[in-house]
Amino acid sequence: MSSIRTRLFVILLAATGVVWLSAVWWIQHSTRSEVEQVLDARLAEAAQMVSSLISDRRIDVASAGPVELDLPVPAAGSDYSRQLSCQIWSLDGTLLGASASAPSGRLAAEQTGFSDSLVDGEAWRVYTMINEDLGLRVMVGDRLTVRERLVTDVVRGLLLPALAILPVLAALIWISVGRGLAPLDRMARALSARTADDLGPVSAGPLPREIRPMGAALDGLFARVAGAREREKSFTAFAAHELKTPLAGIKTQAQIAAMAPDEATRRQALARIEAGVARTDRMVRQLLELAAVDGAPEGGGEIVDMTRLATDLVQDMRRLAIERDVQFRLEMAPELFCRIPDPVLPAVALRNIVENAVLASPPGCEVVVEGVARDARITLSVLDRGPGIPEAERARVTERFFRGAGAPAGGSGLGLAIAQVAVERLGGRLGFAPRAGGGEAVQIVLPCAGPLHESGRASEGRDTATRS
Amino acid sequence: MRVLIVEDDETLADGLSVGLRLQGFTPELVTCCADAREALAQGGFSAVVLDLMLPDGSGLDLLAGLRAGGDRLPVLLLTALDQVRDRIGGLDAGADDYLGKPFDLGEVSARLRAIIRRAEGRASALLEWNGLRLDPSRMSGEMDGRELRFSRREFSVLRALIETPGVIVEKDRLEERLYGWQEGVESNAVEVHVHKLRAKLGAGFIETVRGVGYRLAEPRP
Repeated sequence: MSSIRTRLFVILLAATGVVWLSAVWWIQHSTRSEVEQVLDARLAEAAQMVSSLISDRRIDVASAGPVELDLPVPAAGSDYSRQLSCQIWSLDGTLLGASASAPSGRLAAEQTGFSDSLVDGEAWRVYTMINEDLGLRVMVGDRLTVRERLVTDVVRGLLLPALAILPVLAALIWISVGRGLAPLDRMARALSARTADDLGPVSAGPLPREIRPMGAALDGLFARVAGAREREKSFTAFAAHELKTPLAGIKTQAQIAAMAPDEATRRQALARIEAGVARTDRMVRQLLELAAVDGAPEGGGEIVDMTRLATDLVQDMRRLAIERDVQFRLEMAPELFCRIPDPVLPAVALRNIVENAVLASPPGCEVVVEGVARDARITLSVLDRGPGIPEAERARVTERFFRGAGAPAGGSGLGLAIAQVAVERLGGRLGFAPRAGGGEAVQIVLPCAGPLHESGRASEGRDTATRS
Repeated sequence: MRVLIVEDDETLADGLSVGLRLQGFTPELVTCCADAREALAQGGFSAVVLDLMLPDGSGLDLLAGLRAGGDRLPVLLLTALDQVRDRIGGLDAGADDYLGKPFDLGEVSARLRAIIRRAEGRASALLEWNGLRLDPSRMSGEMDGRELRFSRREFSVLRALIETPGVIVEKDRLEERLYGWQEGVESNAVEVHVHKLRAKLGAGFIETVRGVGYRLAEPRP
């Protein structure tokens, strides 16, 4: 049942019904025993009355034969008139007299006092007493169906008005529940009236205690959404700047090429257009990578050999290295297996770090990529002989679009931010440290938890394969 | 006209520098706020072309600092954030105009001329003196019904003089307006350009104040 109102309504109605039904049952029960007591007493009283009338010779049973006995009964016209019947038997079993309403059969057997009997197919309650003086047996009885009807009438008298009230009660419950849920309605209305930009707190006004936790939870969610949106907004602003700036450069250079007064100016402008396009291309690639690592899943995944991955990567980057006159040296354990959610993550992280290292390296130098496994951790290091990251900027290098004052030209300020996000997604850690003898040492430390059947081999693989 | 370009993107900075030079300006290029402050402190610029996002801070902060110091130098903002809010922010921070990236080189120079003209308190785009009408957008002039063409450097000298007619402009200042920091200055360059200008405008149009500089002659009666 998805509506709280309906749910509460049904529960309340059912509860009320149960209470009501038990009350009816109880009333019926107590009425029945009460009625039995009263009517039994009346039977005994009537029997004694008949017996004493006979003893006083007010009624001559012997001479009269069957006579009608007018016993005290409720006012005529009522449903309950003529409900008592009387029979007078001699002790030897001859019917001496009976009331008009009495059945033709004998009301009760020999025993005195109260008894239940079946006469002519009807159930009777009978009181029998013996008049020792006259040698008579007086029986006074009433039909049990009448008693039943009495009880039923009492219960019906209670139940009918109750049934009539039921719709009114239902309506009252319905309205009350609605009233009780009004704060929820108000909250819902306030929320649905909000614009997409309105992420202010819900619990600004006073909230009932019951929905305060929900208000607080919503406020928390809103704050997180606002934060995410703020980050997205600043990211979009940065991305716009970072993409539009090289585009503006390309356009300007194209206009210069078009109006260049001499061949040298024109050729230079064209060269700059090419460089600008290359840079913009790299920027777009990095923005896409960032989006990819941002959305990458966490945990679980497939088993990847980091050594293979690093080897392929270095192969891919050979052209850039040759352009920059930089050599690679690969010092990886023969196999470094790791269970990761997506092989794109380590590839993207390593690629951006290696790219940075190549761009920072002076010509003729070496970029070293190392990989070892130790204590269920894989450590990938990228070492260069560039100027290194200034100490003051080390904490900020993984900020998106952060470019150090001394950073090589043409960078986007995204590379290390991408690496950081990717490594975080892998549950690892990215570290920067000055390299002994000059340059920067960047470390990716990845946990290689999880059951790896190759893990034994991976951790044994201390002997390094050296390639260049 | 010397214009300071504050832009860190290599391709764009070079494009602006070469492009504005071709359009008759004398551009100087710096790539960060710190260098820009230093250059502005030295003075001698007619306008600044300022990028918003710079490696060592925001162009807006640089602009705010400039205006806080009472400097009324015309500033053209270059911004990739071309949402209305950002433009308002830039103009309120004291920019005279803005351009969203990517832009047209012709528009950059037209806007630069416009904000320089406004800063000089002129209503017309044309500069007039003593029968000469000078059109900075075309680097050309008109005198007694004759169309006059000037080289970029000739025009720079003439512009510097016509901005304050009758007032002496020192030779050093003319050299500064003619050449950027990167360009070597030949010792007699200004004299050569003045000589060429006199050939086009008549010998008496520019007066030499010996040992100080040059000025435009008072109008002919």
